[in-house]
Amino acid sequence: MNTNVQKPKLKTSAMIASIASEGQRTQLAPFGHALVELAARRPEVVGMTADLAKYTDLHIFAQACPERFYQMGMAEQLLMGAAAGLAHEGAMPFVTTYAVFATRRAYDFMHQAIAEEGLNVKIACALPGLTTGYGPSHQAAEDLALMRAMPGITVIDPCDALEIEQMVPAVAEHDGPVYMRLLRGQVPLVLDEYDYKFELGKAKLLRDGRDVLIISSGIMTMRALEVALELARDKIDAAVLHVATIKPLDTATILREAGRGGRLVVVAENHSAIGGLGEAVATELLRAGISSPFRQIALPDAFLDAGALPTLHDRYGISTSVMTETLKGWLG
Amino acid sequence: MTYQPCSKLEPVVTKENRVDTSLKEARAELAERAYRIRRNALLMGEVQGQGYIGQALDIADVLAVAYGRAMSFKPGDAEWEERDRFLLSNGHYAIALYAALIDAGIIPQEELETYGSDDSRLPMSGMASYTPGMEMSGGSLGQGLTIAVGRCLGLKRKASKSFVYTLFSDGELDEGAVWEGLMSAAHWKLDNLIAIVDVNNQQADGPSGQVMAFEPLVDKMEAFGWFTQRIDGNDLDAVMAAFDAARSYTGAKPRMIIADTRMGCGVPFLEAREKNHFIRVDEHEWQLALTALDAGRNA
Repeated sequence: MNTNVQKPKLKTSAMIASIASEGQRTQLAPFGHALVELAARRPEVVGMTADLAKYTDLHIFAQACPERFYQMGMAEQLLMGAAAGLAHEGAMPFVTTYAVFATRRAYDFMHQAIAEEGLNVKIACALPGLTTGYGPSHQAAEDLALMRAMPGITVIDPCDALEIEQMVPAVAEHDGPVYMRLLRGQVPLVLDEYDYKFELGKAKLLRDGRDVLIISSGIMTMRALEVALELARDKIDAAVLHVATIKPLDTATILREAGRGGRLVVVAENHSAIGGLGEAVATELLRAGISSPFRQIALPDAFLDAGALPTLHDRYGISTSVMTETLKGWLG
Repeated sequence: MTYQPCSKLEPVVTKENRVDTSLKEARAELAERAYRIRRNALLMGEVQGQGYIGQALDIADVLAVAYGRAMSFKPGDAEWEERDRFLLSNGHYAIALYAALIDAGIIPQEELETYGSDDSRLPMSGMASYTPGMEMSGGSLGQGLTIAVGRCLGLKRKASKSFVYTLFSDGELDEGAVWEGLMSAAHWKLDNLIAIVDVNNQQADGPSGQVMAFEPLVDKMEAFGWFTQRIDGNDLDAVMAAFDAARSYTGAKPRMIIADTRMGCGVPFLEAREKNHFIRVDEHEWQLALTALDAGRNA
């Protein structure tokens, strides 16, 4: 008998073009299409990128509005500086690159040229958190920590295609700089089943539950909703509070839900355990004197492995199956 | 902080309606302007007891020509849409730009005494949100050219005829982002961009060419696709001619003026002082410097 039968190793290319799991409902390039729609109404909208139009869905805008598209080359500092200059002259730049390149490479340009002057620049960044298997060069595990620490900029972590579609016109209505995480390609469609409407600065309770409150953002809300269904099989009743706007934080809603008592509070984030939603929520709970039991599901403070995303999401505890087991363990 | 217009509204100054004096008269007028800019800078240095006075004195002739000959602006309306934009990348040169903005009537003369004080609109490093006429927050060196590229693209979207001027220092050439800006300005054929690099060959840790070799600068700029002139930045005739040529050049290229300048120019004993990024001036020397400047003016 062959005892060496192993699970086939997944390839890094798994999930590379889409975070969607097999069979999941998706919508193609919601950001690109929403931006084209917005641009039809708002002549000041321009699109800018640093050699990543195709990989941030901005190519759809570039094809629709070529005269309003600025290819700045593989130069993120220039990208941010030039966006500031265009905003000064009345344009509303939507700027795309990967989250690592914006937040780690061009931080000072966002800080000084854009945020310090409160300019109307919307920065949309693909590959947030752990959404690529390319290793630390491409994995933006600390983007939210960096952007939360920057004064004067709104920070958003959308969950799915519906939210991205609604977020684009909403950030255009907001006068000031915005950093938003971006999902590209075939983007999962989830929130339409929850009668969801994105509102800037508002956390939304997607489902209620007696036993555990999961506070989450971005793709972790999609996971939390799946986890809640799994837990229901074991008669565990989970609530999910989706916090799309990371800054400014909807403290009132978070404190109201966490303060109801009798529930374990779990923050689930596609981000390092340092400086993201988890620490933001913990700080607010402490300040308000709310002492509910608190747990965090987050990426470790480490340079993450390269590999296939499903493997890595299991390894770091942010897949639906591992999260479900973790929660069952905590709820004993 | 919001922009506050000057108390006195003055007529629009534009290239079109400026009285066409002879070159000699224009030169004499600009020499006076450069003197006043140097004087304003020394007075501000005296208020604060320190400041980047060596740089202010070296760039005064360039600023005199920029504000006295090349640029269109409205003294009473720093955000007049049709103005030419001036982006100060090297924020520590703020003392020089304030001196020029005061002389241009954009900042009231009496505000000079607040330089570097608490709650002043004239902080020691230039910031757009503080000061009328300060078009960017410089100081994190190497950003100005990238912002200027966006400004130029934005002006072209609006079919504006305004120019964007940006001043940066030879030390800033060490910053990679400057070269991103240089390459993209030529790529986008930004013929509304006039960049001035102040080559005084001093940066924080020593002579700029020793800190990081940047020559041959003309060859580099030309290779990057810029219409390039190199001049003695303290020779008013040369500065005037360079600005005129940069504005009237008809090629679809950005324009570069490399200005070789002398730290402390106009005050001989400061110019002779051991060259340093931060020229030390003792308390009693500010009045001596003003006297020396006056002596040079009357010579």
